[in-house]
Amino acid sequence: MSAVAAAPAALVVDVTARRGAFEVTAAFHVVAGRPLALVGPNGAGKTTVLNALAGHLAVERGSILLDGRDIVGLPPEARRIGVVFQDFLLFPHLTVADNVAYGIRMRGSRRAAARVAALPWLERFDLAALAERYPHELSGGQAQRVALARALAAEPEALLLDEPMASLDVEVRDEVRADLARHLRDFSGPTVLVTHSAADVEALASDVVVLERGAVTQRGTWTQVRKAPATPYVTRLAQSREQ
Amino acid sequence: MPDSAPRSARRRGPALVVWLIAGVALALLVLPLLAILLAAPWPRIPALLVAPETLQALGLSVFTALISTALCLLLGIPLAVVLARSVVWHVAPRRLLRAAVTVPLVLPPVVGGLALLLLLGRNGVLGRFLAAAGITIPFTTGAVVIAQTFVAMPFLVFAVEGALRGADRRVELAAASLGASPLQVFRTVTIPLIAPGVAAGAVLCFARALGEFGATITFAGSYPGVTRTLPIASYLASQTDLNQSIALALVLLVVSVAVLLGLRDRWLPGVRG
Repeated sequence: MSAVAAAPAALVVDVTARRGAFEVTAAFHVVAGRPLALVGPNGAGKTTVLNALAGHLAVERGSILLDGRDIVGLPPEARRIGVVFQDFLLFPHLTVADNVAYGIRMRGSRRAAARVAALPWLERFDLAALAERYPHELSGGQAQRVALARALAAEPEALLLDEPMASLDVEVRDEVRADLARHLRDFSGPTVLVTHSAADVEALASDVVVLERGAVTQRGTWTQVRKAPATPYVTRLAQSREQ
Repeated sequence: MPDSAPRSARRRGPALVVWLIAGVALALLVLPLLAILLAAPWPRIPALLVAPETLQALGLSVFTALISTALCLLLGIPLAVVLARSVVWHVAPRRLLRAAVTVPLVLPPVVGGLALLLLLGRNGVLGRFLAAAGITIPFTTGAVVIAQTFVAMPFLVFAVEGALRGADRRVELAAASLGASPLQVFRTVTIPLIAPGVAAGAVLCFARALGEFGATITFAGSYPGVTRTLPIASYLASQTDLNQSIALALVLLVVSVAVLLGLRDRWLPGVRG
């Protein structure tokens, strides 16, 4: 991980989390500007780790250092970690504009002021024309942009994405993925994305952590990992081109 | 129908015999109401409707039913939250709690009224202390409200509990990740998400409170202007002047149907289309 070690890590994770009888232990660090892909087969514990980072799941033990402060004991609303969920989880009763303005409103702005503050985000994510639509009127790609704009408008210090491409139609994935990659490059904080697709890793991530059966089996840059797969799963992942 | 049934059979819809039985069920529900309309002494109806006793009973009924509905909302939503969301209590106590909420649904209202009287009556378990403090509940308008709240509460609690269970809790997690405190999450996400369920529960609650008879007459009696609600007035009139009784019943029917129709279109279809 020589390429990684040069820059200071903005998010240093060393946690053990439990989902029922299943225990996951993961240690890795994320450098700002180098999105990290958490990959692994279904049931490996990727989403469990993500939930622990977001604060939606209490960790058994360990620490999560975000810019040097341990956030492990903080509730989700105090962590300043943005999350883009697999099925986006937009607020169904709010318009696109109010969805994007939500985080600003929760930090004390009045609704009207929050909507004004959200305008640049709507512009940036090409959502201005959709501002008054409701989530059920959006396509998958549009919903993803709203979810990302909503997370970033709250000005988080880190960003988590759980299988961001999984709920999209196959035909639009390439285009949406390229779009997402562009927006992720604009975000200055540490980014972690969960995926099991090599195409996502290739387009969206710089570094990779492989999680299998609750434990890290390999880590490094995507180039390193692809060249020297440590497990049969990583071999299959490196060989798969499309998904 | 088992899954193996051929598709064409499914598309044909229910069998003739099912249609026939459904028709009987519908007739049983609708014909009695038609009978009221047919038997109504229409020429006398306008005069009966604006009679002071009618207006007094109508006013008292709507007033008490509105207050009971408000009370059910105020007390019932937190109870529904506990039923649907409590992580502290194990399954067994929660079942007991749900059974307790169900009691007024299955209990004959007269028994409920008697139970209220034994609790809050002048010599009742709690009532004697209230009486000592100078507070009398039975046979007051307050007693009407308590009786109505007692019988209507389960409708609200179960409607809201169902809505809470149906709501996607992960949307609340999304709100928390955007910086919303638990109270903000409840106010800005949970309440709007369950609003259709709350509205449906409130409508049922109001309709049930409006029609309340047994518990009210047992616990609150029948004092004109104080506790004589429309159903009680209608029943009393049926002993002496059937036409008056029918007129009062018509008013009840119209108010109930209007409430159901009016609120259904606005609230029940769900969140914005």
